[in-house]
Amino acid sequence: MDWTLVLTQAINGLQLGILLFLLSAGLTLTFGIMDLINLAHASFFMLGAFICAWATLYFDSFVVGIVCAILGTALLALIVEKTVISHLYVRDHLDQLLATFGLILIADTAVHLIWGPAGLAIPLPSQLQGQVRFGELVVPTYRLVIIGVGLLIAATLYWLVNKTRAGMLIRAGASNRQMLSTLGINVKLLFTSVFILGAVLAGLGGLLIAPITEASIGMGNDIIITAFVVIIIGGIGSIKGAFVAALLIGFIDTFGRAFLDTIFALFMSVDSAETAAPAVSAILVYLLMALILVWRPQGLFPPKLR
Amino acid sequence: MPFKELNTVMKKSLFFSAAIASLTAMPLVATAADIKIGFVTTLTTGGAVIGNDMRDAVNLAVEQLDSTMGGKSFEIIFEDDGFKPEIGKQATEKLVKEDNVDIVAGYIWSNVLMASYKAVTRADKVIISANAGPSAIAGKLCHENFFSTSWQNDQTPMAMGELLNARGVKSLYMMAPNYAAGKDMVAGVERTFKGEFAGKDLTKWGADAQLDFSAELAKAKASGADGLVVFYPGKAGGAFIKQYQQAGLSGQLPLYTIFTVDSLSLPNLQKANMDGILGSEMSMFWGPDLDNPTNQQFVAAFKEKYNRYPSHYAAQSYDAINLIASAANALDGDFSDTGKVREALMKADFESIRGSFEFGSNHMPIQNFYARKVVADDNGDWTTSITKTVFESHQDVYAAECKL
Repeated sequence: MDWTLVLTQAINGLQLGILLFLLSAGLTLTFGIMDLINLAHASFFMLGAFICAWATLYFDSFVVGIVCAILGTALLALIVEKTVISHLYVRDHLDQLLATFGLILIADTAVHLIWGPAGLAIPLPSQLQGQVRFGELVVPTYRLVIIGVGLLIAATLYWLVNKTRAGMLIRAGASNRQMLSTLGINVKLLFTSVFILGAVLAGLGGLLIAPITEASIGMGNDIIITAFVVIIIGGIGSIKGAFVAALLIGFIDTFGRAFLDTIFALFMSVDSAETAAPAVSAILVYLLMALILVWRPQGLFPPKLR
Repeated sequence: MPFKELNTVMKKSLFFSAAIASLTAMPLVATAADIKIGFVTTLTTGGAVIGNDMRDAVNLAVEQLDSTMGGKSFEIIFEDDGFKPEIGKQATEKLVKEDNVDIVAGYIWSNVLMASYKAVTRADKVIISANAGPSAIAGKLCHENFFSTSWQNDQTPMAMGELLNARGVKSLYMMAPNYAAGKDMVAGVERTFKGEFAGKDLTKWGADAQLDFSAELAKAKASGADGLVVFYPGKAGGAFIKQYQQAGLSGQLPLYTIFTVDSLSLPNLQKANMDGILGSEMSMFWGPDLDNPTNQQFVAAFKEKYNRYPSHYAAQSYDAINLIASAANALDGDFSDTGKVREALMKADFESIRGSFEFGSNHMPIQNFYARKVVADDNGDWTTSITKTVFESHQDVYAAECKL
C-alpha cells in the first residue's frame, strides 16, 4: 500500500467533508429549528460563488471578493426570508419544497441573465496557487486553506451554539419551538437570523470551492442532495451531527473513488472493475445512510427532547 | 380618496401596457422567407455556452450570404434542446411539422441527435449534424438523409492515440466521464495508442457530475504514467484544468486533452491565470489558424463581429449553413425534391473552413486531423495553434458497416 497516496486521499476526503459541512450546517439549522425544507439553500451556495467571482474580477482582489460575497448573500437571504420564506414556516413540507424549488429556478435564471451561461472563474492570489510539501506528500495550498477556514468556522459555530445566549436560543428552538415562543422569545427575529446565518455559510462554501471548480449555474443543485444525506445521518438540527456526518461522507466518497477499483480488481477482471467501481462508489453514500438509519433512525446526534 | 384614484390609474395603465405587450409579442409572420432552415442547439443551461457560439456562427453565415441562397431568401429558426433528448425531439418535431422547414441542422449532443433524427428522416427531409457524431448513425443506422459537417466520435481520440505514439508516451493515464461518449473516447484512444495504460478513471456524469478530481489526480500521479489524457467537455473541463495545475502536475505529468480545451474555455482559464495549460496538446480536425483562405476569412470575420475566437462548434455550424447554401445554389433554391437535395449536398461543393473535403458513403466527412497546442497569440490572448498533421483524409471506422 502506498501510504503517501492514502494520506493524500485522506486530505482530499477531509476537504470534501469540510465543504459539505459548510453547506449542511445552515440546512440542518433551518430544518431543525424552523422545520423548513429549503432547497433554495443550493442557490445561496451558487450566489456566494458568483458574487465572489464577480467582485474578485472587478476589484482585482480575492479578499474583497469574499467580503462582498458574504455581505451579498446575507442581504439576499434577508430579502428572500422577508418576502418568501417567512410565509412558508406555517405551511407543510410539500409547499415548502415547491416554493423553494421555484426560488432555485429564479436564481438560476437570474444568474444566467446577469453573468451569462458560461460561469465565472475566480483567479487565486499566486501564494495560494502553489503546493505545500511535507516530505513526499504534496498538497495543493488552496485545499489546505479550505480545510483551515472550514475548521475555524466549525469551531466558531461550536462556540456560538454551545457557549452563547444566541446559541442557547438556537438549541432551544431545535428542541422545542412552542415552548420557546411561550417564554416570550422573539421567534421571528431568531428565525430570520438563523436563516441568514445558514445562507452565509452556504455562500462561504460556494465561494471556497469556486476557485477549484469555477462558479457555474446550478452548481449548488448538484451537491444539495448530499447535504440532505449529511443532515439526516447527523441528526436533523444538530451542528455536531452535521460536522461528523459531513466528514464521514467526505472520507467515504473520496476513498470509494480512489480505491474501490483496485479492491474490485482483486476478485474480478480489471475491465469489469473499472466499470463497476464508479457505479458502486456513487451509491456508497446512500448505502451508508440506509445502514445508519436502520441502526439509529434519529441520526447520529439528534437534538435532545424532540 | 387620492389613493383609490391612484390605484385605478395604475390598474388602467397596467392593463394598457399589458395590451401593448401582448400585441408586440405576436409573431411577425409577415417576412416569410422562401427557404426555411431549422437549427436545434442548446440555448439554456450550462450547455448554452456552446449553443451561443454555434448560433453566432450561423448568424455570421446568414449575414455574409445576405439572407439569400440560390436566388431565394432564407431564414433560420433556432430551437433550444435544453440539454435534454426529449426536449430536442419535441423541438425537432415542431420544426418539421409546424414550421415546415426545408432542412434541419444543429445538434451538439449525440443522445439528442439520436432521439431526434427520425422525426426529420420520416418526413423525408434532410438533417445535418453540426457536432454530434455517434457511432450508430455513422454505421448500422446510417441514413441517406443524414449528413455531418463535424466528425465521427471515434476519430478525434484515434488521432490522440497516434499523437501520443508520436510524442513517445509509453504509459498512459486516462480520465473521462462515465457515459457513452466518455467510453467511446477511451475506446478510440485504445484503438491507436501503442503503449500501455497505467490507469483509467470513469467519473460520475450527468446532473450531479463530479467536479472535484482530487482523488483521481492523486492516483494518476502515483501511477507513474508519463502522459495524462482527459475528455471533459463543458464546465468540467475548466474545473479539471484548475485542479491539474493546483496539484502541481503541470511540469510532471504532461496533459493531453480531447474536446476539453477550446476557445470557449481558454478565456476563463486565462482569467484565472491557469498558465499550466500553455503548451498542452490536443487532437482536432480544425484550428483557428488552419491555413486556408475560407478559414482565415471566417476567423477574422467572427473575431471582428464577436470580439473572440470561434470554437470548432462555431466552425462546424458555419460550414453547415454554407453546405446548405451550396445545394441551394445548385438547385436554384428549390428544395422540393429531397433526392436532388441529397445529390447536391453529397458533392460538398463549397468553400469549407477545413479546406476541400469529401463525404464518405455514410455522409461523414473524410478529413484531416491535426495536433493543436495552447499558445498565446500576438495580443497575448490564449488560443490554439496547429503543430502537425496526425491523419490525412481519415475516414471513420464505422463507414464499412453503413449499407448506403
